[in-house]
Amino acid sequence: MIPRVEASRASQTGVWAGIAGITMMFTALTSAFVVRQGSGMDWIHFRVPALLYVNTLVLLVSSGTLELARPRVSRAAALGDAMAQGAAIWVAVTLALGLLFVCGQVLAWRNLVAQGLLLASGPSTAFFYVFTVVHALHVLGGIAGLLYLWRRLGQAPAFLAQPVYGAATLYWHFMAVLWLYLLLLLTVRL
Amino acid sequence: MGKLFAAIVAVIAVVSTAIFVKHLWWMPPDISVLGEGIDHQLMETMTASGVLFVAAQLTLAWFVWRWAGGPGAEGRSIKQFPGGPTPMVVIATVLVGIEVLTLSLVGSKVWAGMYLAPADPGSLRIDVQAEQFAYYFRYAGPDGRFGGLHPDLIDDASSNFFGLDPANDTTARDDIVSSSLVVPVNKPILLTMHAKDVGHSFYVPALRIQQDFVPGLVIPLHFTATTPGKYEIVCTQLCGLGHYNMRAYLEVKTQADYDEWLKSQAAQ
Amino acid sequence: MTTPQVRETKAKIAELKHEAPTSFWRKNVFSLDHKMIGKQYLGLALVAVTVGMILSWLMRLHLGFPKFAIPGLSAVYPNGAAGGVMTPELYLSLMTMHGTIMVFFVLTTAPFAGFGNYFLPIQVGAEDMAFPRFNMMSFWVTFVAFLVLVAAFFVPQGAPISGWTAYTPLSAVGKDAGPGQGLGQTLWGLSIAIFCIGQLLGSLNFIATTLDLRTKGMTLARMPYSTWAWFITSVIGLIAFAVLLPACLLLVLDRVAGTSFFIPAGLVISDRLQPHSGGSPLLWQHLFWFFGHPEVYIAILPGFGIISHILAAHIRKPLLGPRVLIGCMAAIGFLSYIVWGHHMFLSGMNPNSAMLFSVPTLIITIPATIATLLWIGSLYGAKLRFTAASLFCLGFISVFVSGGISGFFLAQPSIDIYLHGTYFVVGHFHFVMGVAAMFGIFAGTYFWFPKMFGRFMNETLGKWHFALTLIGVYGIFMPMHYLGLAGNVRRYAAFTDDYMQSAQPLHAFITIAALFTGAVQLLFFINLIYSRFRGPAAPENPWQATTLEWSTASPPPHNNFGDRHPVVYRGPDEYGVKGPEGDYLMQTDPTGA
Repeated sequence: MIPRVEASRASQTGVWAGIAGITMMFTALTSAFVVRQGSGMDWIHFRVPALLYVNTLVLLVSSGTLELARPRVSRAAALGDAMAQGAAIWVAVTLALGLLFVCGQVLAWRNLVAQGLLLASGPSTAFFYVFTVVHALHVLGGIAGLLYLWRRLGQAPAFLAQPVYGAATLYWHFMAVLWLYLLLLLTVRL
Repeated sequence: MGKLFAAIVAVIAVVSTAIFVKHLWWMPPDISVLGEGIDHQLMETMTASGVLFVAAQLTLAWFVWRWAGGPGAEGRSIKQFPGGPTPMVVIATVLVGIEVLTLSLVGSKVWAGMYLAPADPGSLRIDVQAEQFAYYFRYAGPDGRFGGLHPDLIDDASSNFFGLDPANDTTARDDIVSSSLVVPVNKPILLTMHAKDVGHSFYVPALRIQQDFVPGLVIPLHFTATTPGKYEIVCTQLCGLGHYNMRAYLEVKTQADYDEWLKSQAAQ
Repeated sequence: MTTPQVRETKAKIAELKHEAPTSFWRKNVFSLDHKMIGKQYLGLALVAVTVGMILSWLMRLHLGFPKFAIPGLSAVYPNGAAGGVMTPELYLSLMTMHGTIMVFFVLTTAPFAGFGNYFLPIQVGAEDMAFPRFNMMSFWVTFVAFLVLVAAFFVPQGAPISGWTAYTPLSAVGKDAGPGQGLGQTLWGLSIAIFCIGQLLGSLNFIATTLDLRTKGMTLARMPYSTWAWFITSVIGLIAFAVLLPACLLLVLDRVAGTSFFIPAGLVISDRLQPHSGGSPLLWQHLFWFFGHPEVYIAILPGFGIISHILAAHIRKPLLGPRVLIGCMAAIGFLSYIVWGHHMFLSGMNPNSAMLFSVPTLIITIPATIATLLWIGSLYGAKLRFTAASLFCLGFISVFVSGGISGFFLAQPSIDIYLHGTYFVVGHFHFVMGVAAMFGIFAGTYFWFPKMFGRFMNETLGKWHFALTLIGVYGIFMPMHYLGLAGNVRRYAAFTDDYMQSAQPLHAFITIAALFTGAVQLLFFINLIYSRFRGPAAPENPWQATTLEWSTASPPPHNNFGDRHPVVYRGPDEYGVKGPEGDYLMQTDPTGA
C-alpha cells in the first residue's frame, strides 16, 4: 500500500513550514536593516544595478515555465502508472532560467564591486550583499530540488513525481515572491 | 519511596524558606532615596512567593505521601480532584492575576521614578566612563562645563583616560578626573554614562541601582544618596578577562567634606 | 514501462514502505530510521552533557576553593592554568563553553530531537518521519556543529570568553577584545549557525509528521502529551532558530569581513581605535533574545510533555484537565515570543518598554501555574507507582516550582534592578533548565529505555540516583539565590580579597554539593551501560501504558508496527478503567468504541 496522498500532503506541509522559517529569517534581517539604518550616520545611499530588474524578469518567467508542467503531471498522475510526458522539459527550462538568475546576480555583485561598493564599504552595501547572497543561496537550494524533480520525472511514474513537483513548485514560487519583496525593500529603502 | 520523597521535599522547602526569612544572606542597607520602593516591592514579592513556594512544595509532599499506591492501597478506588481542573484554572488565573496586576502597578511606579522621571534640574552632573577594567569619573570643574571627548586622544600613560584636549579646548582644562565616585549626601546626582570599548555595567547594591553601559550611547542615570559612607560599585556585564576585578567606590561625603575634596582635586 | 523505470518505481515503493536497510553504514551511521537518529541525538547529548558537567566541576572547584591546585589541569592548560590554578581567561572560556554546550547540545537535543525523533512518529502511528533524508541530515549537521564548537578549545588563544550570550562588541571586534576572542569566537558563531540549520530541518519533520502522518483514528485531540509538546516545540523552534541564524551570520561578518552591524564608532580596545562604525550592540541583544527566550521554552516544554505522559501511567488515572494542560503548553509557546525584553530591562533600551515586556512575562506565570496545579492536583486520589521514572517526574514538579518562583522576581523590572547580573539569575535558570529539564530527560530515559533497547534499567540504582540527585541539586542551586540577594555578581572568574568574603563559605558549600551531585551521576551512567547489555528483558508494555509505542515490540521493528498500521479508537488517558490487561485501555483497543 503506497501512501500517495500522505506523501503529497506532507511535502506541502514541509515546504510551508520551510517558507515560514525562511520568512522569519528575512524578517529578522529586515528589522536589523531598519534598526541599523537609524542607528548610524554612515548610510551610503546607492541605486541597485539595473541588471537586477532583468534578473527579476528571468525569475518570474521561470515560475511561469514551471507551471507549464503542472497539467502534464496531473493528467499523467491520474492515469495509473503513466509517466508524465513533456513535463520534464519544462522543469529543465526552469532550472536553466534559475541558473541564469543566479549568474545574473553574480554579475550584479561584480558590477557593484567595480563601483567600489564592497561588503565592508558601509551598512547599506553590507545589507545589499547579505540579502541578495542569502536569497541566491536559497535559490540554489531550489535548483537542487528541481534537479531531483527532473530526475524523478524521467525515471518514475507521474504519481510518484507529483508530490515532489508540488513541493518544488511551491518553494520555487516562494523564491520569486521573496525576491520581489527584497527588490522592493532595496529599491525603496537603500 | 513516596514517604522519602515527601520528607526530602518538605525539609528542603522549610529549611530554604527559613534561611530567606532569617535574612542570613541579605541586601546591604539601602542608602538611596528611591531604594525604599524597591525594597518594599522585593519584600512583597518575597512574602507572596514564600507562601506559594511552601504551600506548593508541602502540598506536593503531602499528596505524594497520602496517595501512594502499592499493597496498602489495593482496595482504594481512584478519584479525581473535586471540581476537576476548574479550581486550578480559577485559582491560578485569579490569584496569580491579582498578584501580577498589583505588583505591576506598584512596580511600574518604582521603575518610572528611577528610569523615566527626568533628573532633578539642580542635579550635580558627573560623567562616567567604563572601560576594560576600570571606571573613571569626571567632574565639570569650576567652569561648570565638560570638555569634549576625543577617543583618538585617549592615553592611559598620561592619565588622559577620557581623551580630553586641554590644549585646544578651554572647557576641558579644569575637568576633574577621579577613580572614585565622590558625591555629597542628599544631593541629586545625574550620571552620564558611556563606554570606551565594550559593554559594561554600573551596579551599586547599596543604592539599589544598576544600568548597563552601551558602547555608542550616552546613558543618563540619577540617584540621591542618603547616608555617608563608602560603597562598592561593581561591573555586572561580562567585559573580558578583568571583569571580576572591575570595581570602584562610591564615597558619599557630607557637603563640607565633599567641597573640601573637590577643592583638593581641582588644585592638582 | 522500460526496465530502468520499473527499477526506479520498485525502489521508490520500497523507500515509501520503509524497508529495512542491510549495510552496517546504512543501519547504524547514515540511517534514515528516525529511531536510530533519535538514539544518535541522545548519544550526542550524552557526550555533550559529560563535557559540560566536567567544565562545571572545574568552574566550581575554582570558585569554591580558589587556591586549590586542580591536579592535571596545568598539563591540559599550560598557559591557562600554570600550577593548576585557573587564570580568569580560562575560567571565562570554560564558562562560555559550558553554557553553550549545555543549552544547545544537551537541552535542545535530548528532550526534543532525541526522544522526539524516536517517539513522535510511533506515538502518532506513522512508519517514520515525513522526510527521512532531511532527518538524517539534521543529525549530521548538528554533529558537525558540535565538532566546530569543540574545535574552539584547540585553536591558539582558545575558546571564547564572552559567555553563551556573546554580547557585542566584546564578541564582534575580534582578538583585540581578549584571549579567546580570535578564531575561537568565530568558530562559536559558525557552530551555532550550523546548529540552527540542523534544528530547522528537524522542525520541518516534526511539523509535517504530526500534521500529516497520523494513523487512522489518531485525531489531534487523541495525541499524547509528549507528542503535543514536541509539536509545539518544533513550531517555536522554527521561528526562533530562523532568527538566531542570521544574527550569527552578521556576527561572523563583523568579525571577519569588516562590517559593522553591531559595533559602533570610536571604540578603543587594547589601545587600538577600532575600524568600525555605526553599529548597534543593542541590535545583537534584541536578535539574540528574540531567539533566546523561546529557546528556554524549547528546553522545557518537551519536559512538560514527557512528565505529563509518564505521570499519567504512574497515577493510574487520567491527568487532571488534559485539554487545559495542552492549552497551557500552547499558551506558553505563544507568549514566549513577546517577552524577550525581560532579559534587557537594564540594557539601555528604551525604559518605557520595560513594562511592555514585564506584563506578558508575568502573565506567562498563569499557564505555568495552571500546569503545575494540574500536575499536583492529579496526584489527589491517585494510586501512585514509584519508579525511577515517576520519581523524576515528581521531582520535576518540585524544582519547576522553585525555578518558576524565582522567575517571578526577575520578571519585575524594579526588582530586576537589584537582582540582574547576580547569582539569583544563575540559580533561577539552573533550576528550570539545568535541573527541571534534566529531570525530564532522566524520566524519559528510565521510562523509555525498555522500549528502545528491550531491557530494563536497574530500578534500585535509579531510585538512589533520584534521591541523591534531588538533594544535591537543591544544595547547589538554592544557595545561589541567597548569594544573589546579597548582591554577589555572576560571571566573575574569581573573588578578590575585597569582594564578598562573607559569601565564600556558601561558594565552598555549593562546590561540594556540585561535586557530590556530579559523582552521583555515575550511578546513571553505570546503569545505562550495564542495562544496555545485561539488563533484564523487557516486554512490550512493561508500564501498562496506553499509548502507541507500548503496542509494538521492544524495540520496535524497522517500520515501527510490522506490516499493519495501527488504528486508534480512544485518547491516551484511559487509566483507571477496566480493560483486558488490567486497569487501562490502550489507544488501539476497540472495545465499546
